[in-house]
Amino acid sequence: MTFADPTLRLTRQQYATIIGSCYDGLPYEACGLLLGPMIDAVASGMITGVHPCRNAAESAVVYTVDGRDYLRAARVAEARGDEIVGVWHSHTHTDAYPSATDVRQAADPGWLYVIVSLRDEAPMLRAYRIRDGGIVEIAVVLDR
Amino acid sequence: MAVEIKLPTVLRAQADGQSSVMIDGATVGEVFAKLIEQYPGLRGNLLDDGGGLHKFVNVYKDDDDIRYLDGLDTKLGDGDELTILPAVAGG
Repeated sequence: MTFADPTLRLTRQQYATIIGSCYDGLPYEACGLLLGPMIDAVASGMITGVHPCRNAAESAVVYTVDGRDYLRAARVAEARGDEIVGVWHSHTHTDAYPSATDVRQAADPGWLYVIVSLRDEAPMLRAYRIRDGGIVEIAVVLDR
Repeated sequence: MAVEIKLPTVLRAQADGQSSVMIDGATVGEVFAKLIEQYPGLRGNLLDDGGGLHKFVNVYKDDDDIRYLDGLDTKLGDGDELTILPAVAGG
């Protein structure tokens, strides 16, 4: 698998949950965790669950995934034989592109980083891998 | 006290790929010391330069964040489970 892989595959329901959580989180940035299988410590792209989490920072410019929500999601993942494979968060007024803060604080090089911009009338969801300070956009497919 | 320590994916490479490790210890600090002795690569991820809990890691004893208990001095009992999770943040 190359660094540019995989393709993020979301169901329409998962996409709706992610987008909905971003609007529900306003005026703050919203965040949540993606669950799924990993292959050799890298997200496969298949997503088996999406878990909206509280933004413990309660800020319109930064987010921190609430620890208890992360713990709950980790337990669900473990029970299913999956992992936490990524995180989404919203940018309330800027592009759906990783900020310098996002790059600096990227928790796991094997994760997928989803950013939803609410800047325009329609939400924009894009996904990336972030590793060693480098950003590569990955394809997103809605299926099922 | 035999305690199971669950590791997040980002730290498993430094623990021979294991998702969980069983360690004996009476406190979180004691268990971490033994964990680091076994897997020295974990030290920089778990502890800060002063030997305190790293600010970018959260540790739960069962359902409780140890920062709200006694930190690294939190006492452990047989069968307790420690879950280590990285802080996930950005902007």
